[in-house]
Amino acid sequence: MTDWLHLVLLIALVVVALDLARLRDLFAAAMLTGFFSLLCAVYYTIVDAVDVAFTEAAVGAGLSTVLMLGALSLLDERVETGRVRNRIGALSAALAVAAMMLYATPDMPAYGDPTSPVNQPDRPAWRYVHQSGKEIGVPNIVTSVLASYRGYDTLGETNVIFTAGLAVYALLAGVRRKRGQDAE
Amino acid sequence: MKYEVTAIALVVALLLALMRAVRGPTTFDRILAVNAMGTIAVLLIAVSGFLTGRPDWLDLALIYALLNFIGTLAVLKFIRYRNLGLDGGLERRHQEEMFPWKPPR
Repeated sequence: MTDWLHLVLLIALVVVALDLARLRDLFAAAMLTGFFSLLCAVYYTIVDAVDVAFTEAAVGAGLSTVLMLGALSLLDERVETGRVRNRIGALSAALAVAAMMLYATPDMPAYGDPTSPVNQPDRPAWRYVHQSGKEIGVPNIVTSVLASYRGYDTLGETNVIFTAGLAVYALLAGVRRKRGQDAE
Repeated sequence: MKYEVTAIALVVALLLALMRAVRGPTTFDRILAVNAMGTIAVLLIAVSGFLTGRPDWLDLALIYALLNFIGTLAVLKFIRYRNLGLDGGLERRHQEEMFPWKPPR
């Protein structure tokens, strides 16, 4: 029923990506990456990957825009990219990555495949799909896996990211203090 | 039926915002287009939730609306100060320069 919506969103994604490659104004490019992320988030929601969509909206559209603007504020007033030297190299690298992704895609089990791990009763995925609603009480399977079955794993990940954030902040604080002394 | 009509209207709005973001001509057109896209994304998620019979996506749309605000604030701060990491004192002094106002005694 919502097939046409998929089509429109994917075409819009391609259009934005092509325009991003064309743009030379970095501020406009930062804005357009936000646009791209929002389109991605909508598309992920529509194809039922609500958790991925949520991450995309928070990190892609929200945080990345802030980070890119922060990077732009450290650059000169006039922000433009230079001429691209190695066009053929960049294009072939992009095409190679695309080819690898397309090559890996058919390895995914087909939709509703009875031999896929989700449909094997002796695999943990079966339990996640069929029991998590009763065991955990969260309607979303991914959320119950992340926050309950693998809760300690998620706790560790959160600690790693928190530590990394603190370390970056400490490093940047040193840079800022040094620059302030230079200005005086 | 009404959800389909709403979704089609939203997609038309999305395409218009896309056109503005791509054609441009100034950066502010693009900022406005991204802002409009944020609103359209929120509404489209809400409508498609009803379209596919899962109105609990409404919560998701609400969180998106809150997240959009962060990006908008960053853009506004960048345009005004050309800097995102100003300390409070500098910002306050800048503001006092722009809006000289003394509190009544």
